[in-house]
Amino acid sequence: MNILFDERLDGTLPAVDKDALVTHLTAHLPDMTLLHREEDLRPFECDGLSAYRVLPMLVALPDTLEQVEALLGICHAQGVPVVTRGAGTGLSGGALPLEKGVLLVMSRFSRILDIDPEARTARVQPGVRNLAISEAAAPHGLYYAPDPSSQIACSIGGNVAENAGGVHCLKYGLTVHNVLAVNILTIEGEHITLGSEALDTPGFDLLALFTGSEGMLGVITEITVKLLPKPESAKVLMASFDDVEKAGKAVGDIIAAGIIPGGLEMMDRLAIQAAENFVKAGYPVEAEAILLCELDGVEADVHDDCETVRRVLEAAGATDIRLARDDAERATFWAGRKNAFPAVGRMSPDYYCMDGTIPRRELPRVLKGIADLSATHGLRVANVFHAGDGNMHPLILFDANAPGELALAEEVGGKILELCVEVGGSITGEHGVGREKINQMCAQFSPDEITVFHAVKAAFDPLGLLNPGKNIPTLARCAEFGAMHVHHGNLPHPELPRF
Amino acid sequence: MTHPQDQHPSQDARTLPARDHNASEALLERVRQAAATGTALRLVGGGSKGFYGRPVVSETLSLAEHTGIVNYDPVELVVTVRAGTRLADLQAVLAQEGQQLAFEPPHFGENATVGGTVACGLSGPRRPWAGSVRDFVLGTRMITHDGKRLHFGGEVMKNVAGYDLSRLMVGAQGTLGIIDEVSFKVLPRPAASATLRLEMGLGDAMARLAEWGRKPMPITGAAHDGETLHLRLEGGASSVANTQAQLGGEPDDTAFWTQLRELELAFFSRRHDDRPLWRLSLPHRAPPLALDGDTLVDWAGAQRWLRSELPAATIRQHAAQAGGHATLVDRDRAHGVDAPFTPLSVVMDKYHRQLKAKLDPKGIFNPGRLYEGL
Ligand SMILES: Cc1cc2nc3c(=O)[nH]c(=O)nc-3n(C[C@H](O)[C@H](O)[C@H](O)COP(=O)(O)OP(=O)(O)OC[C@H]3O[C@@H](n4cnc5c(N)ncnc54)[C@H](O)[C@@H]3O)c2cc1C
Ligand SMILES: Cc1cc2nc3c(=O)[nH]c(=O)nc-3n(C[C@H](O)[C@H](O)[C@H](O)COP(=O)(O)OP(=O)(O)OC[C@H]3O[C@@H](n4cnc5c(N)ncnc54)[C@H](O)[C@@H]3O)c2cc1C
Repeated sequence: MNILFDERLDGTLPAVDKDALVTHLTAHLPDMTLLHREEDLRPFECDGLSAYRVLPMLVALPDTLEQVEALLGICHAQGVPVVTRGAGTGLSGGALPLEKGVLLVMSRFSRILDIDPEARTARVQPGVRNLAISEAAAPHGLYYAPDPSSQIACSIGGNVAENAGGVHCLKYGLTVHNVLAVNILTIEGEHITLGSEALDTPGFDLLALFTGSEGMLGVITEITVKLLPKPESAKVLMASFDDVEKAGKAVGDIIAAGIIPGGLEMMDRLAIQAAENFVKAGYPVEAEAILLCELDGVEADVHDDCETVRRVLEAAGATDIRLARDDAERATFWAGRKNAFPAVGRMSPDYYCMDGTIPRRELPRVLKGIADLSATHGLRVANVFHAGDGNMHPLILFDANAPGELALAEEVGGKILELCVEVGGSITGEHGVGREKINQMCAQFSPDEITVFHAVKAAFDPLGLLNPGKNIPTLARCAEFGAMHVHHGNLPHPELPRF
Repeated sequence: MTHPQDQHPSQDARTLPARDHNASEALLERVRQAAATGTALRLVGGGSKGFYGRPVVSETLSLAEHTGIVNYDPVELVVTVRAGTRLADLQAVLAQEGQQLAFEPPHFGENATVGGTVACGLSGPRRPWAGSVRDFVLGTRMITHDGKRLHFGGEVMKNVAGYDLSRLMVGAQGTLGIIDEVSFKVLPRPAASATLRLEMGLGDAMARLAEWGRKPMPITGAAHDGETLHLRLEGGASSVANTQAQLGGEPDDTAFWTQLRELELAFFSRRHDDRPLWRLSLPHRAPPLALDGDTLVDWAGAQRWLRSELPAATIRQHAAQAGGHATLVDRDRAHGVDAPFTPLSVVMDKYHRQLKAKLDPKGIFNPGRLYEGL
């Protein structure tokens, strides 16, 4: 297992006297919940990437910003690493604890501070659940657009830190397009506001830089998001195909027809079967692939677009096209897709979810590559795909109790991501790098690019105390593990020491 | 009065037939030399937005020869283009495929380049509905202070690997690195578009806009000139026609939006009015500011143009109280003005400097263009 923090490769962490730190923190922050006994720490040992577990040195569960500020002040002064966590649903180990670090859990900051229907904004604390924002805005006919499938559980702070997406990204954007402002506490305990309710701010676009920065640059303490009016009408078409490639091509055809669907999702046979067994969404289990195409907006346009898309799908060779009769059936169609991960989870003791993105035109090639990897390694792979924006979620089925299978699943996963990079895509579209894809970063970025990332980090956290080891690999790690292609027998970075 | 583009060397570039010209190597060489000698470089694109920033004392590095569309796949909704490409050329290519840059960037001159557009980060009337420049930037190749050409982001819609250096380039005015290539998300042009004039006062207009903003209406432009609300509808043919029928008003020709975007409406003319022009960026529902002068409201209230003799400090203070900021825009000052942008707070200034020091340690890129010492 090569992704757990390894001081030899990831840099030395300061040695901290745990007892002395507990005494100090308890003295200065008597009202803050601070966990330090093993049985109390155990529940915090992993995030959504549960194959990896590390017992944190301490867990802090502050209730007030003053506590967060004081905690950061002490950690900064004493050189203690801090890993921030929201709801812990992250799938890349971004909130995986450190043995020598404090886990700062922001889940108690769960208040919606203000819903302003006139301004069409919501001001919330970072621990607020994604779905809670839309629920609070619903009485005003408004909602918060990014809808990760984990929306009932994940926190908005975690969404900002990961730049989370969802099934409506192509039309409505990612988190970065829907956040107006965030308040940050720097590791030095300074309060800064990035962005504003006005649509731009003087200076650099630090809001964009912080979005998706995986808790490496600061702790998010408050977020103002944009709310959108609920579309007047939304309709979903479900198209079946007897061939995955045809489904992939249909996606391009819809966009070529000048239509940007609210959602455009694809599932392959294994994923369809899993979802159907789990939620009885009415999916055609005999199909090789389905496309779910949601069209939303003003009633009249949705009607016209539905007709256009139906024609396009027919021309693309769909074997069956169904329009959800009503909102209830629409919800059912989506329920299958939104529960695809747990559904696949029921088919296999464990599954490993990948998150690569590709230019859509490369879909046939990548699906073929995945099928080949699946066959040669003897692990089943189900494919769930944000098809509209080229974000694939291959789910690799394995059994962690079978010796060697986790390693095999990781190997297949790593190769899938490298394939994504090879065709011009990215190792992660929305789940983040975290610890999970730390080695694949070396495949996507050159040492010079990685050096620039470290420079950015150093501008905000010179001591490297915030979430060390996540998101950006050290060059030493890349030299050792990076799937750094040994081209023509030349090792990458011959200048770096090899241990 | 000299217009910046009158004096720009790249004027001739337009007439060259071969626009596909990769000048990366030459640019890298210039940067390496500048790095070696510690010489600062003033980055010049099309010479169209020299006014928007502070004067830079240094050697000039022109990007106007680095042109061409590197990759355009309409079905992927992505275009990758060299920074010196004229914005107008890019838009013409997109239009042929029925697509567009949805953020509707202002040109301020026919030579405006893609690099300058991204570096300045200015968006047009559609901004509140469609998003800003940075919302459409998917990736960049940039030239760094040590003369390397690096790639951040990419040509895919979603990419959260590493920090978002590409979007950081937007609005940084070339102070953190040279934009060599940019990949944009592009969108289909709307099937239908209509512009309406509705005679009503500002208060009424703001109230109506607030109400409409909470409904799914196909609005993509809303400006008020003191007497008239100019409203643009874009979307499917049915919804545009229905909304137009519902709202009434006088149909208008769509050149209004181009003139507004390019600051070419009579309101902006200096011939009759030489009071300084301020751009106020405010929360859209902020009440009218109590400032002497004339105002033209765009972005449904989020961008307000003010002609006023009041001191900068007064204007900035009012803007800040309303939750926004104020920028001095003087198009006659081809090299820029002393303090166009609202000063940063002490802490923000610290992190701006630290970031600049990390990404451009010798201060060779556009020093002082945004703020003194940055
Ligand atoms: C079943 C399932 C489905 C999912 N579907 C999607 C999906 O469709 N789209 C998608 O994008 N993701 C999805 N995810 C992944 C995950 O839900 C998102 O990444 C989410 O944004 C994580 O939020 P969280 O609050 O759980 O963050 P955590 O897991 O707690 O943390 C994630 C990262 O954010 C940082 N962080 C958290 N809070 C803060 C803060 N206040 N300040 C600074 N940094 C902070 C952490 O340090 C860590 O790096 C899914 C996960 C599951 C389990
Ligand atoms: C011959 C000549 C002499 C000049 N002398 C002076 C002088 O003495 N003092 C002075 O202050 N100004 C001078 N200028 C004007 C000034 O150099 C430019 O106007 C200014 O740098 C902005 O460039 P622009 O208008 O061409 O940029 P635009 O293309 O309109 O771009 C606007 C902004 O984006 C930046 N930019 C453009 N392309 C890129 C890119 N690819 N990557 C990163 N950033 C980019 C520019 O530096 C500028 O800040 C002179 C211009 C010329 C042509």
